[in-house]
Amino acid sequence: MLKVRDLNAWYGKSHILQGVDFEVGEGEIVSLLGRNGVGRSTTCKAIIGEVEPAGVVEFQGRNLAGMKPYEIAQAGIGYVPENRDIFPGLTTRQNLLLGLKPGQKDGDGAGRWSMQDMFDMFSNLRERADVDAAVLSGGEKQMLTMCRTLMGDPQIIMIDEPTEGLAPKIVQQVGELLERIAERGVSILLVEQKLTIAMKVSSRVYVMGHGRIVFQGAPAELEDNPDIRREWLEV
Amino acid sequence: MSLFIVNILDGLVTGLLLFMLCSGLTLIFSMMGVLNFAHASFYMLGAYFGYQISTYVGFWPGLILAPIIVGVIGAAIERYGLRRVHQYGHVPELIFTFGLALLIEEVVQFFWGKSQMAFEAPAALKFAAFSIAGNAFPAYKVFMIFIAIGVFLVLLYILTKTRIGMIIQAALSYPETVQNLGHNVPLIFMGVFGVGTAMAAIAGVIAGPVLGTFPGMAVLLGSIVFVTIVIGGLGSLWGALLASLLIGWLQTFAAAYNLRMADLLTAIGLTEPADLAQSLLSDLWTLTLPQVGPILPYLLMIIVLALRPQGLFGKRET
Ligand SMILES: Nc1ncnc2c1ncn2[C@@H]1O[C@H](COP(=O)(O)OP(=O)(O)OP(=O)(O)O)[C@@H](O)[C@H]1O
Ligand SMILES: [Mg+2]
Repeated sequence: MLKVRDLNAWYGKSHILQGVDFEVGEGEIVSLLGRNGVGRSTTCKAIIGEVEPAGVVEFQGRNLAGMKPYEIAQAGIGYVPENRDIFPGLTTRQNLLLGLKPGQKDGDGAGRWSMQDMFDMFSNLRERADVDAAVLSGGEKQMLTMCRTLMGDPQIIMIDEPTEGLAPKIVQQVGELLERIAERGVSILLVEQKLTIAMKVSSRVYVMGHGRIVFQGAPAELEDNPDIRREWLEV
Repeated sequence: MSLFIVNILDGLVTGLLLFMLCSGLTLIFSMMGVLNFAHASFYMLGAYFGYQISTYVGFWPGLILAPIIVGVIGAAIERYGLRRVHQYGHVPELIFTFGLALLIEEVVQFFWGKSQMAFEAPAALKFAAFSIAGNAFPAYKVFMIFIAIGVFLVLLYILTKTRIGMIIQAALSYPETVQNLGHNVPLIFMGVFGVGTAMAAIAGVIAGPVLGTFPGMAVLLGSIVFVTIVIGGLGSLWGALLASLLIGWLQTFAAAYNLRMADLLTAIGLTEPADLAQSLLSDLWTLTLPQVGPILPYLLMIIVLALRPQGLFGKRET
């Protein structure tokens, strides 16, 4: 459903993405792994159009490269950035409502998700539904940003480092949410640095190094390949 | 006491008028990150368009049409001017708005000349609404108060109770994140700019008949508008409201009470020099409150900035 071919991107003069190729199939969970600064976040930003891409970003047979971020989001690509931006001054509920696309209504049964689903999955969000979302904890903010993007009913969701800096119990909750997302037929591109949940939930993994893909295969193949792990992943 | 109430009402008129400019300007500031020097020029355009339309079809259609025309012009300037300049950074943006202010003033002088227009309040409102101990309060000023409060309530409702208002609030803090959720942020920003300039134009139409419609009106009010939103705290709507009212009352009361510096100085125990005309301090001794009135807002700004650099309600570090 999402095919990225020869994706290039620049920050000023520095050539960050140097021909990235990968694909994510219908309902599949795929992980993009790599060390700090290899260009994983830039890959997401180039796909959503926040960074100008060169190359092909084919989504459901259509090349999205060059379109505006809101058009790409409306086409069905969801993106949860790593910075966990919560809109200050708005409540948890209002933050969730902002995930709805123009013309979309909550709870009308047209999309896969409703606000009720989010509250059922994360009772913390329900309890804090009507307080300023800026007071939420790091883990709650991570859940909220993921749920907010899901409210827009994307066909694929790119999630950038959802487990970073979270306690093991919360990391486990993130893993459970990923599985629920996939159950409803939404594809996932999971960007991670640690292997913990990525190896558990993914059907395929890509390893990135210096702006290109250096390995692809099933989690088990990466497991059996200590050279790749040593060269591109372990610190 | 009755004079006091009249001054309260007069100050309210000035303050609310200021707020109609400050609220738009502060929203636009939160959005662009720079002050729009041309904001008061849209107020002036509102007054001139309102006047021109009133000469053909009367005041009321002008009150509706002039803000719409100015809003569309504002939106177009954002779309085809500011948005392009934006990518080159804040300084070019500032220069752009500065140039725009000069351009609008020139254009106004080109079409309407340098003298004041005979823009008058509609006949239907030319009566005294009430009078307090012999001081008549014109119906037109009551009307101004209602228009300004009406505009404020509509703005408040849109910003806090509607979906579009939530999107605007969110986009002021994280435009990229809002855009990634599928909202057309550039279109929203263009709309905010258009509505902000239209609000300035409404202020222009209703102020034109009382404060005068002349090419200097933008500069005259513009500097006070900047002072006001700096005092209130850049980007804060409530700060803009409070500061507008504060400045409105400050100016009105300063003009109304003829306090003399000589009285103040003698009150603290100094004696007035006999040969005042010869004295080095003669200017100080003959100073009156109405004379210093115009600089009071600036004085207030300096005091507020010294005590609270981010302004009364400001959150941003300055
Ligand atoms: N806004 C920017 N301007 C200039 N260079 C940037 C910018 N953002 C990222 N870079 C550079 O681009 C490279 C890739 O950054 P990216 O954020 O994609 O890395 P990453 O793989 O997501 O790693 P991590 O998130 O762990 O830092 C890095 O070398 C980074 O310094
Ligand atoms: Mg990153």
